[in-house]
Formats: sequence, C-alpha cells, structure tokens
Amino acid sequence: MGKVQAILAIHDLTVTLPKGADRANAVEKVSLEVQPGEIVCVVGESGSGKSVTAQAIMGLLPAELAARSGSILLEGEDVLKADSARLRDLRGTRMAMIFQEPMTALNPVMTIGEQISEVLEIHTGLGAGERRLRVLDIMRAVRLREPERLIDAYPHQLSGGQRQRIMIAAALVLDPALLIADEPTTALDVTTQAEILKLVRELQQRRGTGVLFITHDFGVVAEIAHRVAVMQSGRIVEIGSREEILRRPRADYTRMLIGSVPALKPPVRTPKTGPVALSTHGLSKTYGTLGLLRSGRVVRAAQSVDIAVRRGETVGIVGESGSGKSTVARCVARLITPTAGEIRIGEVDVAQLPERRLRPHRRNVQIVFQDPYRSLNPRRTVGASIVEGPINFGLSREQALDRARRLMTLVGLAQDVLDRYPHQFSGGQRQRIAIARALAMEPQVLIADEAVSALDVSVQAQVLKLLDDVRRRFELAVLFITHDLRVAAQICDRIAVMQQGVIVEQGVTAEIFAAPQHPYTRALFDAAPGKDAAFGSVAGAA
Amino acid sequence: MSIEALPAELVEGPPQRRRTLRLAARNPSVVIGALIVLALALLGLLAPLLDTLPPSEINPVFRNKKPGAERLIRDSNGTEHKYVHRFGTDSLGRDIYSRVLYGARVSLIIGITVAVISVAVGLVIGLIAGYVRWLDGSIMRVMDGLMAIPAILLAMGVVSLSRAGLIAVVIAIVIPEIPRVVRLVRSIVLSIREEPYVEAAITVGTPTPLLLIRHVLPNTVAPLIVQGTFTCASAILIEAVLSFLGVGIPPETPTWGNIMAEGRSLFRVYPHNIFYPGLCLALAVLAINMLGDGLRDALDPRFAKRV
Repeated sequence: MGKVQAILAIHDLTVTLPKGADRANAVEKVSLEVQPGEIVCVVGESGSGKSVTAQAIMGLLPAELAARSGSILLEGEDVLKADSARLRDLRGTRMAMIFQEPMTALNPVMTIGEQISEVLEIHTGLGAGERRLRVLDIMRAVRLREPERLIDAYPHQLSGGQRQRIMIAAALVLDPALLIADEPTTALDVTTQAEILKLVRELQQRRGTGVLFITHDFGVVAEIAHRVAVMQSGRIVEIGSREEILRRPRADYTRMLIGSVPALKPPVRTPKTGPVALSTHGLSKTYGTLGLLRSGRVVRAAQSVDIAVRRGETVGIVGESGSGKSTVARCVARLITPTAGEIRIGEVDVAQLPERRLRPHRRNVQIVFQDPYRSLNPRRTVGASIVEGPINFGLSREQALDRARRLMTLVGLAQDVLDRYPHQFSGGQRQRIAIARALAMEPQVLIADEAVSALDVSVQAQVLKLLDDVRRRFELAVLFITHDLRVAAQICDRIAVMQQGVIVEQGVTAEIFAAPQHPYTRALFDAAPGKDAAFGSVAGAA
Repeated sequence: MSIEALPAELVEGPPQRRRTLRLAARNPSVVIGALIVLALALLGLLAPLLDTLPPSEINPVFRNKKPGAERLIRDSNGTEHKYVHRFGTDSLGRDIYSRVLYGARVSLIIGITVAVISVAVGLVIGLIAGYVRWLDGSIMRVMDGLMAIPAILLAMGVVSLSRAGLIAVVIAIVIPEIPRVVRLVRSIVLSIREEPYVEAAITVGTPTPLLLIRHVLPNTVAPLIVQGTFTCASAILIEAVLSFLGVGIPPETPTWGNIMAEGRSLFRVYPHNIFYPGLCLALAVLAINMLGDGLRDALDPRFAKRV
C-alpha cells in the first residue's frame, strides 16, 4: 500500500442472515475503500445489502445479523473487533451517520442545541458556554440561517431540509474522518435534496471527510459520487469511478439499472384528440373552518384547479410534498369532498354528489395508490380483492372471477395467484394486482397516485410500461400524480405543475421541459438530480 | 386433478391465523391461564358429581366447623355415611367446599356474559362512532360521561333500583365496561379507515355496512379478544365486591363474594370462611389475566408494545 491510508477499508465482509431468510448472507465478500476527501456511493435496490453494510461499519447490526468474516478497518482499526465501549468512543468522533428520516432521527422533546451539544458533552470536556459556541459554529457551517434562534427550537418547528442539516451538523461537529449517509435525501423534496447534496459536497471538500453515501437514486449518484459501488443481493457487482459506472458500465446488472432510470428528456408524443373523460373546473379544497370559538387556521390544499384529461391521454400533476397534488387526486376519486368547483366525469358533475348517488359513478374512476403493501387487504385473497368491485356492480362471482383471471394474464401474473394472499407477493407484483383491481371495474379514468414511487427502479420501469400499455389498450384517461420529473417526462402527454395548492404551469410535456415559464418550474428542473447525465439511453440497456 | 391445482389448495385459509394459533399454543401464560380457567369451569359445572352437599342446606348443629370436620349424613334411602367438610362450614352450618364449587358457576357466568355483552355492544357503538364522523362527538361524550361514574357506585345504584339478582348485576357491570370497548374499537376504526385498502374498497363502490364488516371489523378481533378477557376478570372481581357489600346476588345463592361476606364477621376466629373463596377468586382472576396477556402477545405483537 504505497498510497495514503484509506479512511475506511472493508475487506471480504460477510454478514449472515438468520436461518429461513431468502438468502444465506445479507452481505457477502464485500470489499470497499473510502479515501480521505472521497465520496463513495453504494447504490442498489431494496434488499441489496447496502444498509446492512453501513450498519456493520457503525457497529449497529440488528441482533439477528452477525458479521461472520472479513474486516472493517477504520483508519487502520478493525471495528469488528472493537468492544462496545470502544465503538461508543469511535461513533461521533471518528465516524458518524445520518439517516433517511430526519424527523424520527431527532428527539422531539429536546431542543436542536441540546441534541448537537450532546455529542460534545459525551466526547469532550467542554463547558456549557464553549459547547454552545461550538454548536453555533457548526450550525453556521451547515448553512442554517439564524442559528441563534434555531438553537433553542424543537425539531417539529423546523422544515425537513433544516432537520437534515441539523443531523449533518450533529454528525460533523467533532470532525469525524468518515461520514456514512444512509439515503439522507430520499424523504426530502427535490429542491431541498439539491441543497443538501450541495452541502454534503461542500463540507466534505472543506473538511476532507470521507463519505460513504448509500442511495438507490442514480440521479443522486451522478450529482455527488467520486466512485460508485453497485450492489445486488449482498454482493458488489461492480465498482469504479463515476464516469466508468455511468457511461461505460460493464456488469449487465448495472446496465439494466441505469437503463431503467427514466430519462429527463420527454419522447415525442402525438397529441391525443379523444373526448374529454375527466375535467375539473375551479376545484378547491380547504381544510379547517373559521369556527366560532377557534381562531380559524385555514389550509387551502387546492385552489381553483382546472384540469382536463382526454381518453387515451396521460396528464401528470407534478409538485413537491404539500403542493396539493394528492388532494386533487383524492377529490377526483371522491375519497374527499371538494369545498368548491366541478368534477366532470364525462358529462356528470360528481363533485358534490352524496355517497348514495355517487356510487353508480364510482366505477368510472379508479385509483392506484403509492404503497403496494397497504393497498391490498392482507386478510383477503388477491382474487377476493379483485372481484369485490365487479360484484358490487352486479356481476356474478363466476363472471367476476373469469374477468380477474384474464386481468392476471394482462398484468403479467399467473392465473393461479388469485387464491394467494398479498404477503406472498413482492412490491411490484402487488402493484400489478392493484392495477388489475382498478381495471376490473372497466373505468374511464385511472388515477395513479405516486403509483411507482415506492418501487425499485427496475420494477418501476416495468410497472410504468404496464400502465402505458393498459392506457392504450382501454383508451384510459390517466391522471398521473408524481413528484418525480423523470417519470413524468416519460409517461405524461401533458403536465400540470402544482405549488401550494395552485397550478402554476400547465401544458404539453415536451414544451414545458424544453422551456419552463414559471420560476418554480425552473427551480424544480434545476434541482432534478443528475440532470446532465444521460440515463435510459445507455447502449445495450436490458 | 391437475398438479397445478395443488399449491393453490395448500394456501387455502388465512395462513396468519394458523400461525397465531400456533404462537398462542406455545405461549406459556396462555397455556397455564387456559388450563386454570378450564379447571375452574369444570369444577363449577361438575359440582353435583364432586361429592358436594346442596350449597344452601343449613345445618344449625354443625356451625363454624374447621376444615376436615366429619359428620354423619343420612341419604334419601335412609343409609348413613360419613361426610368430610373439606373446607369447613360457615356460621349457618353450610358446607363451604360445596359453596365454593357452586360459586364458580356464578362467577364464571357473570364474567363471560359481561365480557360478551360489553364487547358486542361496544363493538357496534365503536364502529359507528369511528366511521360516522358526525355522530362521533355525541357518542363519545356520552361514553365519557359513563366512564366518569365509578363502576361500583353505578352498580350499587342499578342494583338498588331493581331487585338484586343475576341480571341486575350483569347490567350494572356491563354499563361501565362498554365505554372502554367503544374507545378501543373507535381508535382502531379511525386508523384502519385511512388504510389505502379501505379507500380502494370505497372507490370500487362497496356499500358502507359491507365495508365495515369486510375490511374494518377483522382488524378489531384480536384486540377485542384481549379486551374481553380483561373485562371478564374485572367483572368477576366486581361481582365479588358487590356481593361482599350485600348489594349483589342474593345471599342464599353461593357466590365467592357472598361466602366471603358471610365469613367476614368471624374472620379472626374462622379464617377458612374467607380463605377458600378468596383463593379461588384470586386464582380465577390471575388465570384470566394471564390468558389475556398471552393472547395479546400472540395475536398482535404491536398491540402488546402499545399498551
């Protein structure tokens, strides 16, 4: 080893899973190095073992997992051999970790200042005054405005981005040599994500910290990685510089993953001219009322939303969390009653219909939800879930089952799955089942509410293809709710950009992507991670 | 029969139900609790066959005998034989062993009826309160009102309004138990109705009653079984307290509470009057609570952590 000593050197790490798991080892013969001042991205789909690797480094493996062989050298010291007291010393001082969910990673009943200062209290002998100064310093370093005010705030008073900055501040306050970031931006909006990524890169350059960055998002990889390790089923399939991995991937798996990432450039689409199946006029939803006794706090979740979707057309609503895009979807599906405005399904205005008169129209609008693990009743067979709707609308059990069987073939599942329970399926398969359930109603309008957001990128590509397939085949009007610009670019004919309950821009996808008019739209596009990398077009993509 | 049909047959019936049954059978507190409850129930049920005397039979000569006292008894056909008062006799000469055994009947009947009625009524009210939003406020305020009345006081009130008896006691105990069930069911309904699979059922046009029975109700079963066992245990206790205070079951009927009330005055001289029914009462309540605890762990681990 002629070069500088690596901050982190993992050699042949194997972590065993308990008996009865779907494979023997969570992590198998993983070798990886992080040099000073280097960002190494570990990228992989769910279950690839990337988080287990991080936990092993921090000595935070769950009790049922055990590091069986290999070594993890942190600045030359094997953390697998360290006892718990030594590990406690190392955490915070030599290595630190930030997590995906900044709300649950912070203690809600402690102020921000106390939580950062706790690290100093444990590891240094500084007095209270000095600690406060150090905390203010690090808060300034992570670019938090008005640290003097925020230091005494509680986590719930902060935004998601601010919380993640606090997490980073607490992790870096003692200048650790290694920072492990486990999906730190996954729960954040794109604009916030862009800021946090910028911050991580900047701090890491200035302090020379080595960063092990765990992510599933190739956009993020393209933004910040120096080197990339691709993991699949507990093994590293490929490791190399960012350029090598993104431009000239060698492993088939990497090629498939990168090929599955939707490109930001929308394909050419012919405008759809079918009859309008769904239109909203002045659709508004307001939460909270001006009560007699309460001081009225009113949230305008959606304001005067006008959207029209033709048959055979996909219209996307994009926006960040809290923009009101899901509120619109739920109003259209009439899971909630809008405060004002019209929702026309064909010719009928269903906006204010009471449940009894609404029911006949329900079959025309179907919805596919985000979380495939919760959208099917775990106690009922897949078949029972699918035939429920058609039977409500007068089909006999046999007819409904026959339809369900044919739909299973259509969504690419075997017909005998109808007798099984949802827990026997993977997330992607469940989403197919949810789509089949919606299609069983023979709807005119299909709402996809973040329907592919919880899926791994390779599965996401397949489900998107299926959605596009059924749209064409059944001339469906699809209302596609998403926060992901890449997905919107690939599947939507037209998009509407929402911010704080208002549609700020609406038009043909290709035109909006080519020349966004509204400042917010431009900000969104600028923040999209990896916007300069050409995904989806890698030669030989599977 | 085709081979392809086999795997589909194998997964018939919810697999998780079989798993929880197995988990429950492996849980020691479920097994021990269930065995004790079963034993007490059998003792009560088979009391006439277990060498007992009629529990209300008074014998002024044999008053306040210590456990193990013997006397001669004449059968209906005139033959005499020796009878051992295993637990002694009370101040009216009644055999305490017989009374304790027969008393198990009343205690268990009250425990089970109260549990079944309060769970059934509470379930219906809770489902309505949780799902029909505009009724929620008024229903829950009534329930809060009921909860604010001390159970024993309410029971004494109800019993004193009507004639003391089994039904009056059951009603008196059921009323304060209902709000607890309602609260439990309502909170489950409130969280389940937000589940996407319930919303999916709404969008496929499932009528509300069917929606509640098919998608919401099954989620309440496990917590309600657990709540039911705790209600059962507390009903047995309250019945004993009411009988002890003399406002419950009429004193000639043997219940554990009545036996203890009867023995109270001579407690210092003849502690056995209170000891045996007290022991049974403690054992029954402990066993039922163990059963409930174990079932809670087996049926719903998350529920166990929450409580």
